[in-house]
Amino acid sequence: MRQLPVLFKRELASYFTTPLAYVFIVIFLVLSGVFTFYLGNFFESGQANLAPFFAFHPWLYLFLVPAIAMRLWAEERKSGTIELLMTLPVTRFEAVTGKFLAAWAFAGLALLLTFPMIITVNYLGEPDNGAIITGYIGSWLLAGAYLAIGSCMSALAKNQVIAFILAVSVCFLFIVSGFPMVLDGFSGWAPQWVIDAVASLSFLTRFDAISKGVIDLRDLLYFLTLIAAWLAATAVVIDLKKAD
Amino acid sequence: MIEISKLTKRFAQHTVVDDLSFRVERGEVLGFLGPNGAGKSTTMKMLTGFLAPTSGTASILGFDIQKDRLKAQRQIGYLPEGAPCYGDMTVRSFLEFITEVRGFRGAEKRQRVAKAVAQVELENVLEQSIETLSKGFKRRVGLAQAIVHDPRVLILDEPTDGLDPNQKHQVRKLIQSLSYDKIVIISTHILEEVSAVCTRAVVIAHGKLLADGTPLELESRSRYHQAVTLVAEEPLDVVALAALPGVIGVEENEREHSLSVLAKPGQVIFPQVNALIAQRGWRVKELNVERGRLDEVFRSLTRGEMV
Repeated sequence: MRQLPVLFKRELASYFTTPLAYVFIVIFLVLSGVFTFYLGNFFESGQANLAPFFAFHPWLYLFLVPAIAMRLWAEERKSGTIELLMTLPVTRFEAVTGKFLAAWAFAGLALLLTFPMIITVNYLGEPDNGAIITGYIGSWLLAGAYLAIGSCMSALAKNQVIAFILAVSVCFLFIVSGFPMVLDGFSGWAPQWVIDAVASLSFLTRFDAISKGVIDLRDLLYFLTLIAAWLAATAVVIDLKKAD
Repeated sequence: MIEISKLTKRFAQHTVVDDLSFRVERGEVLGFLGPNGAGKSTTMKMLTGFLAPTSGTASILGFDIQKDRLKAQRQIGYLPEGAPCYGDMTVRSFLEFITEVRGFRGAEKRQRVAKAVAQVELENVLEQSIETLSKGFKRRVGLAQAIVHDPRVLILDEPTDGLDPNQKHQVRKLIQSLSYDKIVIISTHILEEVSAVCTRAVVIAHGKLLADGTPLELESRSRYHQAVTLVAEEPLDVVALAALPGVIGVEENEREHSLSVLAKPGQVIFPQVNALIAQRGWRVKELNVERGRLDEVFRSLTRGEMV
């Protein structure tokens, strides 16, 4: 476990050696503002909460988070540095988790930079700041789940563009699995428990609850288990594909 | 000691390394020879724990590379083929990162980085990002990261590939200076390198071991071993040379009035040839006894014609 912070530090620093990180943060901030104020009708709703802000995060992350995740492993494989990394005395767990945590910390930083939202809403009214904090936690967990999926897809593909497309597709499946159009496809023939299971996989229902300030232990567990499972899958995929 | 036992690697139906077994003792510099695609890199990848063997085992100083992977990897300094490095990092931050992963912190870390930097002469590019460096410098960064923790086992995959003659010379001197008290394995297809730095050479092709011995022993398997090459100012009597005791044949060289007199295996023919020259009064400009030609041994070995 001693090497985890070392890997984390290197990975996080690598985001800031290129302008990409700054471009990403700017795009994220601009888009979250546009979504909140124009599409979310933040002012017109006349309510002192950040619901219009959080409501668009699942869709915003759908494209932005895979863009952070796509380079995690694809880049290592393409440049051959994976051979360097995997022959250093580090465990698979340290390598996979170190990289993931760095990406997650980076996403967290981008999210924290939306703090003017909190100031705005506090200036305009008297919001429930507890609910806002849970909203942020939920949003960060959601980003983590997307990142874990992206990490696995990045391990799967040597090409970053393919990793990006794969990650967007899988994340999209996890969003729409709670939608009627998907559930209808199951309702004709599948038993009820299958339909319930598919519906319970959806990011949206879980995230909606947390972003409204309701923290249910099951929702937290859902996100954390999902992250752990996709990271474990990442480790397996790396072992299978590293030599290609 | 490194021990490789019945090591085999198969990709799909294609066998890349086929039942390979050998040992390397401390203080040896092993040259790992073979044509491209012979399985050199794959063997090294298995030795360093990057690839899992299909069957067989390898152990580094007593640590099995499969069961005790981390302990074995701590003993190894490894330069992968092409010397991959994180291009966006500066030389200093990259080497500090590797040193930290190797478990060193604070003053000791800085001291080790400084020592490795001095050994491969990287002082002037420390603050440059690696992707802006020339090929020779990149290779040296790769070497520096391999030696920064003063490993007891050094595994270098084509350490001089793509370097200019000066850089090659420098890297070879470095390997020689490091080899004391260590186990060094270098893979190469440059044969002069083997004579220059290795104490032992292993030749493989199609994943199989073909020859194992000192460079001198390998050279002695050449048909040119103990051959006498002469260049004269007038035509030479081929028949008389071929009739000398111990001579197996005479070859004409491209140069005018130049011949190579080949010896039977295990025979020394220089005195006879010299006596014949004196007797006939030939004006000989050049006279060489050959040690053997490694490239010729290599070619005949790897093409499957045993010498």
